[in-house]
Amino acid sequence: MSLENPTVTGRSESLLATNQLIRNTYLMLSLTLVWSAAMAGVAMWLNVPNMMSLVAMFGSMALIWFVLPRTANSSAGLLTVFAITGLMGLGLGPTINYYLHMEGGDQIVMTALGGTGAIFLALSAYALTTRRDFSFMGGFLMVGMIVVLLAMLGNLFFHLPALSMALSAAVILLMSGFILYDTSRMVNGGADNYLMMTVSLYLNIYNIFVSLLNLLGASRD
Amino acid sequence: MDWMKIMSAIFIVVMLVFLWPRAGQMLRESRKGSGSEWLVVVLLLLGVAGFVAFLMHGVSAKPI
Repeated sequence: MSLENPTVTGRSESLLATNQLIRNTYLMLSLTLVWSAAMAGVAMWLNVPNMMSLVAMFGSMALIWFVLPRTANSSAGLLTVFAITGLMGLGLGPTINYYLHMEGGDQIVMTALGGTGAIFLALSAYALTTRRDFSFMGGFLMVGMIVVLLAMLGNLFFHLPALSMALSAAVILLMSGFILYDTSRMVNGGADNYLMMTVSLYLNIYNIFVSLLNLLGASRD
Repeated sequence: MDWMKIMSAIFIVVMLVFLWPRAGQMLRESRKGSGSEWLVVVLLLLGVAGFVAFLMHGVSAKPI
């Protein structure tokens, strides 16, 4: 007679898989953030033009939509994730350079960096320790994202500074919601690939940082 | 209008084209949250908003 309880065994295996997913995701996220920061440093040093930054964003989005879903379950997925985050870091260089050339720019960049880290750590810690299920937010967050994108499209033509600030604030709140949603998917099931989770969390952090830079830069003015 | 604006507009439109079907799918498949679940989210986001306001105040404050 087997002494193993299949329910308990199944549950502990699932817990082990969840812990491994969380550990791998955060390890990969730390590596990609360091890599991305290094690429941003290279772009700043080379004084990469703004147009190049937009091209890098197009490239990274193409990789996210067309290449990552096909390679996420293979070793090529690792290279894809580093290519995506490297390109996004490269694209960030001109933006950071712009803020660094403002009066008190170094304070703005360091505050945005620290603020982004604090928001991410606090929300992730909350979702991980409480193990709450935030899956109900999915539809709301996607609709919010579409509304923000439409407003951004409109603001490209009208160029209203107040709307630009409001959109940055909305992006920070949306991405904060996505951090809760993504972390909860890791803890409660719904996500099983650490490469896809790494890119999702990386995009949340990236967008919070850029929006916070925009808000802090505008408030300095 | 300069090239940067045109490229940015194309970028946003492409993102919208890709996100639109996914948003519809997530709206259909997401479970409904209870009032207390939404309250937790609202409180957390208010905390984030307060923290961002604090950072903005810190950056905009002139040194004495």
